[in-house]
Amino acid sequence: MKRTLFAAAAILLAGCINSGAWAADKLKVGFIYLGPVGDLGWTYQHELARQALVKELGDKIETTFLENVPEGPDAERAIEQLVRAGNKLIFTTSFGYMDPTLKVAKKYPNVHFEHCSGYKRDKNMSTYSARWYQGRYIQGLIAAKMSKAGVLGYIGSFPIPEVVSGINATMLGAQTINPNIKVKIIWVNSWFDPGKEADAAKALLDQGADMIMQHTDSPAAMQVSSERGKLAFGQDSEMIKFGPKAQLTSILDTWAPYYIERVKAELAGTWKSEDTWGGLESKMFEMAPYTNMPDDVKKMAEDTQAAIASGKLHPFKCPVVTQDGKDVECKGGDHLEDTQILGMNFYVKGIDDKLPGK
Amino acid sequence: MGLIEAIILSVLAASTPLLLAATGELVTERSGVLNLGVEGMMIVGAACGFGGAWLSGSIIVGALCGMVAGILMSLIFALMALGLAVNQVATGLALTILGIGLSGLIGAGFVGERITPAPHLHIPGLSDIPLAGRILFGEDGFVYLSIALVVGVWWFLYRTRAGLILRACGDNHVSAHALGYPVLRIRLYAVMFGGACAGLAGAYLPLAYTPFFIPGMTAGRGWIALALTVFASWRPARLVVGAYLFGAVTILQLHAQGAGIGIPSQFMSSLPYLATIIVLVLLSRARTGGSTAPAALGTVFVPDR
Amino acid sequence: MQLVLEKRAERSATIALISPLIAIGLTIATLCIVFAVLGKNPIAALAVYFIDPLTDGYSLQEIAVKATPLVMIAIGLSLCYLANAWNIGAEGQFLIGAVAGSWLAVKTQGTDAGHWVLPAMLVLGAAAGALYALIPAICKVRFGASEILTSLMLVYVADLLLDYLVRGPWRDPQGFNFPTTAEFDPVATVPTLIEGGRLHLGSIIALFVVAAGAVLLGRTIKGFEIRVVGAAPRAARFGGFNANQLVLLTFAISGALAGLAGIIEVAGPVGHLQPGISPGYGFTAIIVAFLGRLNPIGILIAGLFLALTFIGGEQAQIAMKIPLDVTKVFQGILLFYVLACDSLILYRFRLISSSPKVQSGAH
Repeated sequence: MKRTLFAAAAILLAGCINSGAWAADKLKVGFIYLGPVGDLGWTYQHELARQALVKELGDKIETTFLENVPEGPDAERAIEQLVRAGNKLIFTTSFGYMDPTLKVAKKYPNVHFEHCSGYKRDKNMSTYSARWYQGRYIQGLIAAKMSKAGVLGYIGSFPIPEVVSGINATMLGAQTINPNIKVKIIWVNSWFDPGKEADAAKALLDQGADMIMQHTDSPAAMQVSSERGKLAFGQDSEMIKFGPKAQLTSILDTWAPYYIERVKAELAGTWKSEDTWGGLESKMFEMAPYTNMPDDVKKMAEDTQAAIASGKLHPFKCPVVTQDGKDVECKGGDHLEDTQILGMNFYVKGIDDKLPGK
Repeated sequence: MGLIEAIILSVLAASTPLLLAATGELVTERSGVLNLGVEGMMIVGAACGFGGAWLSGSIIVGALCGMVAGILMSLIFALMALGLAVNQVATGLALTILGIGLSGLIGAGFVGERITPAPHLHIPGLSDIPLAGRILFGEDGFVYLSIALVVGVWWFLYRTRAGLILRACGDNHVSAHALGYPVLRIRLYAVMFGGACAGLAGAYLPLAYTPFFIPGMTAGRGWIALALTVFASWRPARLVVGAYLFGAVTILQLHAQGAGIGIPSQFMSSLPYLATIIVLVLLSRARTGGSTAPAALGTVFVPDR
Repeated sequence: MQLVLEKRAERSATIALISPLIAIGLTIATLCIVFAVLGKNPIAALAVYFIDPLTDGYSLQEIAVKATPLVMIAIGLSLCYLANAWNIGAEGQFLIGAVAGSWLAVKTQGTDAGHWVLPAMLVLGAAAGALYALIPAICKVRFGASEILTSLMLVYVADLLLDYLVRGPWRDPQGFNFPTTAEFDPVATVPTLIEGGRLHLGSIIALFVVAAGAVLLGRTIKGFEIRVVGAAPRAARFGGFNANQLVLLTFAISGALAGLAGIIEVAGPVGHLQPGISPGYGFTAIIVAFLGRLNPIGILIAGLFLALTFIGGEQAQIAMKIPLDVTKVFQGILLFYVLACDSLILYRFRLISSSPKVQSGAH
């Protein structure tokens, strides 16, 4: 009995050592996730992209992820753990990992880092993000066409520039159809609290909005809209399952092409630090199929999407007027400059609310 | 549907999981046991409840699965806190950690799935009465079940002999034991009842509120339920008031934002917590002669032989 | 037949020594089963959890960094719990300490303030933590409001206050409006001890706190009072000890320590104030306090051990793709075993025949 146990242990150990040796010559790619891989939103989309990456390049790379890594003091350690486990290219997939990533990058100049949605870079640290505001502009157009009440409900997570520019782009799009369109905004102070998101959606619908847009991660608001027979837009991922009759479209985070491109560059030895802020033109994000709308609205949405992708239309084309009636300085020629969008801290004209923290 | 009616309906739904979990905890605490693991029992109830409903296609099966899961979790607690006389605060916290981990493992199989949520009642005639009809007869069954449960618990605690004995165990386990009552067995049942309620409260979230399961979806509601029990000073009637008050403040602050009232949302979000503290202080002040907490709450009991 | 607990005449010193070993043995046995069920190699998994983090200097440093706030907070909490004062809100006191200390760092940013900044920040953090902890303590002493509830509620309030400050008034002007203050100046940063590592001065402070806790409890009259009030309130009343005063004192001390831990964490490993600076330290510390049996040395060991499981859990995710949820389950199981085995110090099991109800007249 003792001997069999011992033998079994030896076999198990040998198996473990073997699998270690087998993987040694592959490129190791690591990921740090904010949420659980099953959050159906932000982290889920990064995880899908990782799986696509493995499918595409699985014979040349080995991937590892750490999930549920809080954006506090633990992040730096988690990133360093990945470095020490031999990962040569590491994707840190939330804004709050910016400073920890930078610290670890300085310490390990031979490892390459990719930080999602931040603004600090280094020789071995790139950043990448998507111009989601382009998609929000299209959503604004659709919303204005489809809304009977002329009142949009918007669920915000936190008033950071990404979210604020999304609200502004939505309104600028909507105003081209209906100059008197109104928006009601509720901040839930969380990226992820299905119950609270559902409560916020109910409150907005009860107050007369007939269209829900969200910048939070769960499908709860979509589901509420569906139940109430109202229309809604998804966020991060395809949410049509939760509102087959409600979803108009959804902004899909499609990181896979970018991940594959960067890993290929790493494999080829051509990786260098870059600042990638891609939009519809480079498929950094995509729009889910336009559903639950008449053909003419669908066509308008598709045309607008094409115009934005080709660069003919810029959602923040000048003049952009703030809510108190001032023209925003036009630093980018005929549209706002990227830094102005990245640091956006004002509401555009027509939003009858006060931006938190102002 | 008028705005007031809509708000009341939202408040009813938002308060229901709090009320369910807090009712269970109230009975547990009234027997003298402090189980801080409500959040852990709730999230396992949510995972198992959704799993059960998804596999069977039945909301009722799902609710039962949630309750059974909650009971199983509470039995771990009972084994530790009652069987082995371990400190209850530490055991409850450990139960929450365990529950969060377990729910993730259990739920991994059906993340991304959805079910048809529990239907809203519709009683022809009654549900169509303006205003009151939808509120009294038109929500999902859990809402009314939770109210029936509180009434039942009130009746049990104050109108039955068994309830009297349970309260006696919570107030003075030494005397209760001396009178020949099986203190530990009574507490075991109370803890199991608490587990069943917490499991059902957890299951309510994926079965009726947002019909899908996501890890961590209870988002701290178990802790609020604990707070409510104390807020209600261990009285069922006050529990109802507390749960609906808390639900109301949560919902109203969302409405205030939607209406464009420009107060920092963080301040609004902190209102329910500040309100709880203030009300608690006022209640405690109004009372003369000490606290109404079960006197033996949280203390271990090992029968003498 | 029935298995019952029986109180020992006195604490069993032998079991006190071997109970942690039994608990760890049981945990390892259970873990082996869990890993086998998941199809992972149990021996390799155990090595990743418990052995690997202890074999290199980097992981050892990380264990110390992770344990520092846990130990510091838990020492304060143990005083409260010994005195029967139930401070559940250390998380909030941690955050308020971080906020108060950061205020000075933000105000002196970019000025050529001298080396007094960091010590002043630490004092501010501790003072704010103590004051914040005094709110539930006063509510309890003055109005009889349950401190368990009020201290827990204040956690949420502190969290939202921090959130408001870093999104509004204290936001980094160069930070594209993201919710964080600017990186603190070097004079406002807790120095690290080893070049290139993360081990910082805070760990030394934590050791001082452990020593001070041991002296307070073991060698001073106040420490004696705290223990008596908790263990035998009636005797304490006869002894003329003022229980209310002790509630205020222990709450203030534990709040100060939590606040100190908060500002050290912000000015040390994090380097700026942002939301989410605490991954639940205040709550985890409650467990550390009990794992350490409310004894300062025990808390030090328990804090290091719990930190080990966090580091090991990450390494298990990397090396063996073991989900994080397994680490949580494992922590839960470990706590249960430790607590259960500790119960054998005070009690023994007896098998008795089912007897009729005992009608004991007096006790």
